[in-house]
Amino acid sequence: MATLKINGETVTVDVDDDTPLLWAIREQVGLTGTKYGCGIAQCGTCTIHIDGSPVRSCVYPVGALTGEEEITTIEGLSEDASHPVQEAWAELDIPQCGYCQPGMIMAVAGMLNDTPNPTDEDIDAQITNICRCGTLARVRKGIKLAVEKA
Amino acid sequence: MADTIALSRRNFIVGAGATGLTIGILASCSQTTPEADAPDFSDLPPNPEVNAWVHIDHDDTVTVRIARSEMGQGTLTGLAQLVADELDADWDKVTTVYPTPGESLARERVWKDFATGGSQGVRGSQEYMREGAAAAKAMLIEAAANEWGVSAADCSSANSVITGPDGQTTTYGKVANAAAQLAPPLEVTVKDPSEWKIIGQPKQRLDTADKLIGKQVYGADFTMEGMLNASIKQAPKIGASLKSFDASAVENMPGVKKVVAVRNPFGEGNNAVAVIADTWWQANKALDALPVEWEGGVDFSTAEFEAELEDGLTADEAFIGNGGGDVAAAFENAAQIVEATYNMPLQNHACMEPMNTTALYTEDRCEVWCPTQNGEAALGAVADASGLPVEQCDVHKIHLGGGFGRRAMPDYVHLSVILAMEMPGTPIKLLWTREESMKHGYFHPTTKGRVRGALDADGNLTGVHMRISGQSILAALMPQFLQNGTDYATFQGLLPPGVDPRLEDQTLKYTLPNLLIDHAMRNPPVRPGFWRGVNLNQNAIYLECFMDEMAHAAGRDPLEFRMAHLQDSPEAAAVLQAVADKSGWGQDDGKARGLCVMYGFGAYVAACAEVTVSDDGELSIDRIVAATDPGYAVNPQQIEAQVEGSFVYGLSAMLYGEITYENGEVQERNFDTYDSMRIAAMPEVETIIMPSGGFWGGVGEPTIAVAAPAVLNAIFAATGKRVRQLPLKDQNLRDV
Repeated sequence: MATLKINGETVTVDVDDDTPLLWAIREQVGLTGTKYGCGIAQCGTCTIHIDGSPVRSCVYPVGALTGEEEITTIEGLSEDASHPVQEAWAELDIPQCGYCQPGMIMAVAGMLNDTPNPTDEDIDAQITNICRCGTLARVRKGIKLAVEKA
Repeated sequence: MADTIALSRRNFIVGAGATGLTIGILASCSQTTPEADAPDFSDLPPNPEVNAWVHIDHDDTVTVRIARSEMGQGTLTGLAQLVADELDADWDKVTTVYPTPGESLARERVWKDFATGGSQGVRGSQEYMREGAAAAKAMLIEAAANEWGVSAADCSSANSVITGPDGQTTTYGKVANAAAQLAPPLEVTVKDPSEWKIIGQPKQRLDTADKLIGKQVYGADFTMEGMLNASIKQAPKIGASLKSFDASAVENMPGVKKVVAVRNPFGEGNNAVAVIADTWWQANKALDALPVEWEGGVDFSTAEFEAELEDGLTADEAFIGNGGGDVAAAFENAAQIVEATYNMPLQNHACMEPMNTTALYTEDRCEVWCPTQNGEAALGAVADASGLPVEQCDVHKIHLGGGFGRRAMPDYVHLSVILAMEMPGTPIKLLWTREESMKHGYFHPTTKGRVRGALDADGNLTGVHMRISGQSILAALMPQFLQNGTDYATFQGLLPPGVDPRLEDQTLKYTLPNLLIDHAMRNPPVRPGFWRGVNLNQNAIYLECFMDEMAHAAGRDPLEFRMAHLQDSPEAAAVLQAVADKSGWGQDDGKARGLCVMYGFGAYVAACAEVTVSDDGELSIDRIVAATDPGYAVNPQQIEAQVEGSFVYGLSAMLYGEITYENGEVQERNFDTYDSMRIAAMPEVETIIMPSGGFWGGVGEPTIAVAAPAVLNAIFAATGKRVRQLPLKDQNLRDV
């Protein structure tokens, strides 16, 4: 049993402590916007925020949480797709298949929490998510547009 | 006419199927949210369809039925644009839905081919969908004209509104029911491209909104009442079988419901084992803990197969794909002979969404919910695996988290059904791990290409022999399409016209004297598949890196050298010239540039890459200029996105992509050992879309092929060294 504060609500999940947060979110809380892509923190499709910082939830055990942390998933990033990153993504029509995009959006939003005006070098260092459809050129433009909108 | 599609803007709705279990899954592309003051139509019975392609609600929502799958390439939006334009519909009220293959079969395949591949999504559907929309429009107008007692010829349509001769108006939603009662017109005329209003516009994709908020449901996300979850382990070694497993070791783990041996028709007998549990995490944890022994199998290794590929490069016997003139004489009389050998390793599709299918089996019905590029092939797999007549099976398609050709193969659907048969009446979602998806792919075929070119004393190309040695997709998957043993698909982009009607869109556009292109087939015991771009990818390397090599050997400019052989293809010359002009080709500015031009999937594409290579051999891809002429550009911004993305997919293969075998086992496990391009390596891409009209070419695949050759040629411009072996990841580019 563990208590999670997720998108502003407190929920209790009945899982072993070693269950990755990803699977607690998807299978216990029922929020499937956060995706499974690799399970080894390589691709970033599972990126969420813990207290505003991006975290790859596929390797983050539920047992490492105290219950006090504020967890944010793509469903809780904004109420109406109005986060600057989501607005920039809509304007540039970034998603293709879109499977990696919840993680991509959360990684970018998390970066902007700490680094509101990222340089290209910051982007290169901090955005390491994989996108096989290849939205990466537009993602860089989208980050810059989101900075303008913020 | 029976209206068999469940129509609602909710994602999942339970409808009235034969068993009460039929669930229609919408492609969830609705753009509209109901307005507070919207009129209430709830006391009216739902409108029937106008025809197979078009359903219109009382509130004027147009739902376009589309058989092709959406896997990111934008086909749903493009086809909706075609239909909306021809229908004169209000674009803001257009949405799409997938009919099921079962419904299509029951209506004599009214929705035609479900296969989504070969960059056929738009070009292979545009004619019948535009005609379907034009027929629907004619019926809607006729219905309005009948109501008013006027001639249909005196009525006009725009934005889902019909206007009569006296200025009277009605909307599509109001006349849809009456229109549905009319006989379809015997003949329709589709619009001339000059009349298009929605086609050709850079519309936002219909599925974008849901993809920004985590609302888009993929197969891996699908869930239904009472569903259990499963994880599977297939024999890691080619052809191996399950020897034993100790279910008792995991049966008492939390959530575990059943541990089963799986008869896998794609291997030998029982060659997989799966755990079914309440949640997928529980299933996978138990599977990891399950003691399993395998036996048998093939000791195949990539290193050993290299020798077979080498042998094929000089073998006496080979299938001829293209040829003409006197090649032997050209080489006898040559002033200079250039020779180079290149390779293409096996590649994994590595879709971001791992393989999955949810299946529900009862003794008289079997249905699956899955991301598939080929709904009808998936339906065949359901019938095969369940042993039920196809009429008692169906497939509910879900958007794909990437396809790239992998999801054209229905093996994962088949395995899910076999698993669901272990627990009749209980839906089971089988989700493969990334590691399973990595090991058990249908890989991009591996070949080597040795090219020899003859030049005369003036630097003119007088003869070419290209020998391709390696794997045939058709021999493995579709031997019925071999012609006297020849796999013409191996020669994608290199063929003469007239060889095979299915390959007319894959011909060579260079005019080359004294030409021989042949294929020594060497098939490893590894299943090949159709991988985005397929054989065009390596053939473009063999052809276009070699054209570059010969131009340099002849002391000629690579642009001029290519143009000298494009006299019979003004479209190919035009895309090449466009990238040369925009990139600054020929400028004395110290930039290292490389060119490539190809024709494939009915489209003309070219690229110019600009790179720098550091003193210690590190590559930086700085800029790409790409041009594409797909004939017609239905949605230019979506084409741009696909062209940009092609460089990620194509260059990831060039930089990192390689599946290797040792002792019959794939050595790459996950994205740690099979990497993909990250944003730091991603160049800026400038895309020129130059539709010349008069033909319908593909978009999703052709540009993949020009990515690697353009960069490889630019590397030569930077270093003076030819990189001929892929991938680049472990090579020092200054020391090759």
